[in-house]
Amino acid sequence: MALLSVDELSVTFAGQGGGRGAGSGARRDTKAVDGVSFEVEEGQVVGLVGESGCGKSVTALALMGLLPRKGVSVGGRAEFDGADLLSMGEKKIRDLRGSQLAMIFQDPLSSLNPVVPIGIQVTEILTRHRGLKGEPARKEAASLLDRVGIPDPDRRLKEYPHQLSGGMRQRALIAMAVACAPRLLIADEPTTALDVTIQAQILELLKELVDQQGTALLMITHDLGVVAGLCDQVNVLYAGRAVETAGRRELFAHPTHPYAHGLLGSIPRLDAPRGDPLRPIRGSINDKIAWADGCAFAPRCDFYTMECLTGTPELTEPRARGHQVRCVNPVLPAETSAGTAEVSS
Amino acid sequence: MSLLELDGVKVHFPVKKGIFFDRTVGHVYAVDGVSLKVEAGQTYGLVGESGCGKTTLGRAVLRLVDITEGGVLFDGTDLAKLPEEEMRQIRHRLQMVFQDPLGSLNPRQNIESILSEGMAAHGIGADQEERRERIKKILAEVGLPTNALSRYPHEFSGGQRQRIGIARALVLEPDVIICDEPVSALDVSIQAQVINLLEELQESKGLTYLVIAHDLAVVRHISDVIGVMYLGSLVEEAPSDALYAEPRHPYTKALMSAVPVPDPDVEDRRERILLHGDLPSPAAPPAGCRFHTRCPWKQETRCATERPELTVVGDGHRVACHFAAEIEAGTVERTRSTGIAAVTETEPETV
Repeated sequence: MALLSVDELSVTFAGQGGGRGAGSGARRDTKAVDGVSFEVEEGQVVGLVGESGCGKSVTALALMGLLPRKGVSVGGRAEFDGADLLSMGEKKIRDLRGSQLAMIFQDPLSSLNPVVPIGIQVTEILTRHRGLKGEPARKEAASLLDRVGIPDPDRRLKEYPHQLSGGMRQRALIAMAVACAPRLLIADEPTTALDVTIQAQILELLKELVDQQGTALLMITHDLGVVAGLCDQVNVLYAGRAVETAGRRELFAHPTHPYAHGLLGSIPRLDAPRGDPLRPIRGSINDKIAWADGCAFAPRCDFYTMECLTGTPELTEPRARGHQVRCVNPVLPAETSAGTAEVSS
Repeated sequence: MSLLELDGVKVHFPVKKGIFFDRTVGHVYAVDGVSLKVEAGQTYGLVGESGCGKTTLGRAVLRLVDITEGGVLFDGTDLAKLPEEEMRQIRHRLQMVFQDPLGSLNPRQNIESILSEGMAAHGIGADQEERRERIKKILAEVGLPTNALSRYPHEFSGGQRQRIGIARALVLEPDVIICDEPVSALDVSIQAQVINLLEELQESKGLTYLVIAHDLAVVRHISDVIGVMYLGSLVEEAPSDALYAEPRHPYTKALMSAVPVPDPDVEDRRERILLHGDLPSPAAPPAGCRFHTRCPWKQETRCATERPELTVVGDGHRVACHFAAEIEAGTVERTRSTGIAAVTETEPETV
């Protein structure tokens, strides 16, 4: 059985003046996640990819139980090792968080307490979950910093977050996340705030942790390049729903949903010859179309037909087993070239 | 002759201390001797990581920051020595597009007011009626509806705001547009739209671009010539294709190997050159070659003591490295291994 299996997860933020659930205010509610399903196996790296507003970060927060209780309704199921994370009590999920489940965030500076030395922030976790105190806890913290590649860890433990560089702060956060050897690590845009050479260091570090400890990693990112190098399985999200799910080789070789197809066509590639035109997706994300009324991507889609607006498209496997696509007009081999011509004209 | 020519441009910011006397206790060497040429109708891409001085250099061209030393020759005029009023008059020929499209548009002005303000200041268009006609034409060119005129910045999406920023530059009929991170705040699907727009405009209007960005893939896509900056100076300059095919400077090699490519086959095959540690502070740059503290090919001699000059190594290809030829020939070994263990052991002190 999968370590984490998420089934039709949905997150709705109540609009101002509107109450929870159905009723007078329901119209103004915002559906940030609208039925996301995926699985993460032990030791696997799974990617959640999409642009801003696709619901990837909210998915992570919902899994970690970090969404505010008021004004947010969470639906669906998310089973971690057989227990449902969404219906779990606050106390139980606090025991899981930090020990079996851990998360690192995009902005390492705002995830660290600015007025508490790094050492105390790291040992706090060791005390809470592993019962280590005093000298043994300090020693363990130093060895953790050392493991994530922070030089001179004894001195760094006494320093405050502002004294560390951006890459170093992210390393410190990773050290805290892996302090209790979690079974699942959720990384939400862990390298977006960093320069590319530092990004390469951090990605290498994450890869090593996964390889050595067999930690499962849920990688949330907008960068398809990062996904190509790291993830085993990829879920492409659009407007709160997964539109395509496939193994990484399959996805990059045969992007089948028009959105994934368009996304890959619009990225300038370092290895592409100069003069290769980009094929952008037209328009911009429109949150007015709900999935219930049809495909949310339809207004921007080049393959759009009237059929697209009759209810939510189902997940199908038009190309290969395990390669799921939510589209009634998927981009299939014969159409790929025709589609390209259509876009560029 | 080149349209825009930078000659040994230096921008040093004083670091002050004390309440009464404002003593200068040191300098931040943001830009420290950059010489480059931008040809008319071409795109020069300036790439580097945060803190390398690329944005300061772009602002120095427009004299938005004071140039400490050096010259900026634009169409035969040295902008660095121009009196303030004459500089103001010439500025409409050199325009800038900023990174943050919302932050660079006044939220209380409507689009017509934002776009006509610069025109009025530079005396373009006889009256508001004429300016409005011109603005309408430009709005159509950047792909915005005419009814945008009476709307405010918050009513537009990120991509549309960046189009407004581009339109604001275009209404003044500039020769050169300096684009500072024009697409880095945008989502990838929108990025491509803006990149394509910039390319179309260049073709139809014969514009010259100086594009400043941290994303090597974007810079490579739109630039004819690329300059790589590290800690205030150029370390390598080459035509776009040559730079990709044969990066000669160790920093460029490392940078290229670190850029993720959306293709699993490429990702699996490539060998990453991991750099050690972080960028040193530009207030106390290392002696000798600025890159020697992180360079995987650092040698015992010269690197730590002698600052390398940009030297020509091929057709339009310049490199600032003492051992570029030896590294290319393979007669100089990498002195540090790569990988996490190596990074951990030898990471230099950074603050």
